[in-house]
Amino acid sequence: MPAVSKGDGMRGLAVFISDIRNCKSKEAEIKRINKELANIRSKFKGDKALDGYSKKKYVCKLLFIFLLGHDIDFGHMEAVNLLSSNKYTEKQIGYLFISVLVNSNSELIRLINNAIKNDLSSRNPTFMCLALHCIANVGSREMAEAFAGEIPRILVAGDTMDSVKQSAALCLLRLYKASPDLVLMGEWTSRVVHLLNDQHMGVVTAAISLITCLSSKNPDEFKTCVSLAVSRLSRIVSSASTDLQDYTYYFVPAPWLSCKLLRLLQCYPPPEDGAVKGRLVECLETILNKAQEPPKSKKVQHSNAKNAILFEAISLIIHYDSEPNLLVRACNQLGQFLQHRETNLRYLALESMCTLASSEFSHEAVKTHIETVINALKTERDVSVRQRAADLLYAMCDRSNAKQIVAEMLSYLETADYSIREEMVLKVAILAEKYAVDYSWYVDTILNLIRIAGDYVSEEVWYRVIQIVINRDDVQGYAAKTVFEALQAPACHENMVKVGGYILGEFGNLIAGDPRSSPLVQFNLLHSKFHLCSVPTRALLLSAYIKFINLFPETKATIQEVLRSDSQIRNSDVELQQRAVEYLKLSSIASTDVLATVLEEMPPFPERESSILAKLKKKKGPGAVSVELEDGKERGECVNFNPKPQRTSTPSPSADLLGLRSTAPASGATPSAGSLLVDVFSEAGPSATSAGVNDDGFLRFVCKNNGVLFENQLLQIGIKSEYRQNLGRMYLFYGNKTSVQFVSFNTTLNVQTKTVEPLVEGGAQVQQVINIECLTDFIDAPLLNIKFRYGGALQNISLKLPVTINKFFQPTEMAAADFFQRWKQLSQPQQEAQKIFKASHGMDTEVLKAKLLGLGTALLENVDPNPENYVCAGVIQTKAQQVGCLLRLEPNAQAQMYRLTLRSSKDTVSQRVCDLLAEQF
Amino acid sequence: MHIRLHTLNQSIRFILIQNRAGKTRLAKWYMQFDDDEKQKLIEEVHAVVTVRDAKHTNFVEFRNFKIIYRRYAGLYFCICVDVTDNNLAYLEGIHNFVEVLNEYFHNVCELDLVFNFYKVYTVVDEMFLAGEIRETSQTKVLKQLLMLQSLE
Repeated sequence: MPAVSKGDGMRGLAVFISDIRNCKSKEAEIKRINKELANIRSKFKGDKALDGYSKKKYVCKLLFIFLLGHDIDFGHMEAVNLLSSNKYTEKQIGYLFISVLVNSNSELIRLINNAIKNDLSSRNPTFMCLALHCIANVGSREMAEAFAGEIPRILVAGDTMDSVKQSAALCLLRLYKASPDLVLMGEWTSRVVHLLNDQHMGVVTAAISLITCLSSKNPDEFKTCVSLAVSRLSRIVSSASTDLQDYTYYFVPAPWLSCKLLRLLQCYPPPEDGAVKGRLVECLETILNKAQEPPKSKKVQHSNAKNAILFEAISLIIHYDSEPNLLVRACNQLGQFLQHRETNLRYLALESMCTLASSEFSHEAVKTHIETVINALKTERDVSVRQRAADLLYAMCDRSNAKQIVAEMLSYLETADYSIREEMVLKVAILAEKYAVDYSWYVDTILNLIRIAGDYVSEEVWYRVIQIVINRDDVQGYAAKTVFEALQAPACHENMVKVGGYILGEFGNLIAGDPRSSPLVQFNLLHSKFHLCSVPTRALLLSAYIKFINLFPETKATIQEVLRSDSQIRNSDVELQQRAVEYLKLSSIASTDVLATVLEEMPPFPERESSILAKLKKKKGPGAVSVELEDGKERGECVNFNPKPQRTSTPSPSADLLGLRSTAPASGATPSAGSLLVDVFSEAGPSATSAGVNDDGFLRFVCKNNGVLFENQLLQIGIKSEYRQNLGRMYLFYGNKTSVQFVSFNTTLNVQTKTVEPLVEGGAQVQQVINIECLTDFIDAPLLNIKFRYGGALQNISLKLPVTINKFFQPTEMAAADFFQRWKQLSQPQQEAQKIFKASHGMDTEVLKAKLLGLGTALLENVDPNPENYVCAGVIQTKAQQVGCLLRLEPNAQAQMYRLTLRSSKDTVSQRVCDLLAEQF
Repeated sequence: MHIRLHTLNQSIRFILIQNRAGKTRLAKWYMQFDDDEKQKLIEEVHAVVTVRDAKHTNFVEFRNFKIIYRRYAGLYFCICVDVTDNNLAYLEGIHNFVEVLNEYFHNVCELDLVFNFYKVYTVVDEMFLAGEIRETSQTKVLKQLLMLQSLE
């Protein structure tokens, strides 16, 4: 028992801890604890005043009992009493008890704050630190209110001891994170920044955390920290391994401080001052050079400390993304680590390279390591390392290596850990689509995916292959042939049956010429799977059958017989029964012409962002998608950890041929998924009683005039609109999706409208017409407010109507010379608006053109000398004036970026059109 | 320009020292959790960390964070940080802390941490505060601890 042997401990406490450790059972432990609690209670209640030592000992015992996991409901007052002791050990136990058992008992808080106040003004550094640590550990709002004003003063005062400064800096950081509104740095800013120059490295180490936090929130006010940080870093990096004495760790000078400095710099763009930038680049080069030097020690601590700095430096280099030389050097260094014997280093190198792959300067350099990374995927023992290897392969994939990478990922999938299969499937599906040159490869890949990992292939993936096959007539025959072959396998995955059913239903005719895949053979093949499938798949197959009747009249009798059988027409599942009955009737009553019209081949799907990509983003969580969370919100996330989104396995009515299309536009649930086909059931829509303005749908209508603006569980709102010069007319369709009447249905708009019927019957739709006149240019869209009662509950929905300034464009055709002459005329800075942004959808030429035409301008061919660029011209018609507008869009396919430039005679118009259009690509 | 949207200023969420059986020898929290959540986190960390062997990395993804951990004899020292935090810096942060404990308790063992739990908190607060690294010099920390030890 070391505490006792040192003679400074509390003997009673040590005995009690020994007793607890000797307890043979949980019951014995509880019994011993209860005995102790009774003893302490009686001491606290006793007539005899306890001396400080006893009080300390009992409070410490209570703390120990609490840490064992038992509730403590007394002793707080005694702990608070200890705070005002002038013996360190008593005070320390008091503060520890308060820090661990925080209790927002208001009476106590006042007493605690009083004690803290006394200690802060005691000028005794030990007591001041105890008080500051207590504030830093508790960090409550009451404490912030009481001390946020005082602590900055302590932090910058000339006569404050170094150790107190360290504690004050971090204490302030804690208060700032908890209650930013209460911590006002204004007058202290400059003196706090100058702590970076402090002689005491410990003070710098502590203060820099505070400065980094403040800088990330108020970069402008703190920007002087950049040059100070650079010079501090430079001094450390260039110092010999023994210069910094206490702060040298295994021959590495100040590793933690170096990392913190490099991290602070990541709050800012590269320094503008040439000298500062030069010095920084020199530091980064030195760090990279040192990585090549022979180690000064064989100890892992040495190399870890050195590499901690190296990885942080590489993060900064990637953050700047502007020094090709450094980026490539970083990449080469990481390449060496890929084969290092330390698993940690291999892992970190893979992780860091992933971000390097996204920089245009280092993408090619990263690609040279493909074989090593593939090898890592196959041989690493730690699944998290394999996961990083898969991430990196995904990140380094481009047209040149897509086939190899996809093939490797597919073969890895066969043995991949269950925990990462779903994500791997999504990645393969995305890469296959993104880099498909010939679509037969794409179809093969997806069917392979289903074969290898069918359980992990979500709806998004198989929906997408169907969309693509329908939209590409060059691949339809191949797809039909391939699914037909795949279905021959005795055990094939249900997802394969779905894809097969759908594709043969649409394109079975393309392979029907071959007697080996004659209509009847195709039908029998599909039907042989029928009884093993779930209800949604059976529903889909029934739809495929009726399509067969249309495609191949010779199968009609066979199929009708199947539909007529009791197991179909009297199926206990309503959906299946209804389909069987309806399809049977349809096939017997309707004429061939009617049948052909109803069961016509599916029209192409509108091009949208791949829904799979959205799914992957969602899966990866905030780490990968870069979402900034408020502190409070983040806390909530951690507490109520929600597992990765589950694949919905609920049978969905849209999993069928006809339904697939009818639900297609029914999106608009979440912004990220706003334009997706299949997210109808992946997430719950906005809650029925939504408050606040819903503008998810708004941006989707910038380049189109018709579609579904809003949809939730109750209501669907469709829009049709037309515009001519400065006038427009918009039809709104309110569809009641329920079977219950909406009463008191009422819409208000901040422009004048004709009223709608106050009742909307279940399943019915009412229409509203809005006439629009554009008086002058505008930014805010009209707000539509919808109120109604559904089953007694008042529903309230606010929507931005998609009326945007570009709706009043008149296209203007002009020749190249004309265009550039006008372009030059509009050369004043305020006439131009420009945005550079990342492509958030594919960069398909046809899609781009369609969007630009949808904007309302004329798309001018052969005007821009660079054929990759697009230029457009149009005149915005308002009642007050006409505004000529020129547009240029420059895609950079390699970087997946666009530059959009707008010029017009009116600055507000340039800006608004630019803002609107930048959200569309 | 590469834009980093995540917050750079969130670092340590908690520090745990557990033995192989899952008994907690130190739990230091830098975020608000209620007692049930703390218990759950402790159990989860134990489950995640103890299944890993020496060939594995010292890092493991954990909820939206990551755990940096190192095993010393029968004790696991775990630090939970933000996914963007510097793995190696925290890994060595653990080692630095362990070396200080070792010096302070003269060859530290698990029992030292049990009987002197209230002193371990002092060591932690000297080296880590408000979820940030406060002091890294072993000499400075030990000097301060000895000074405190001499006080009554």
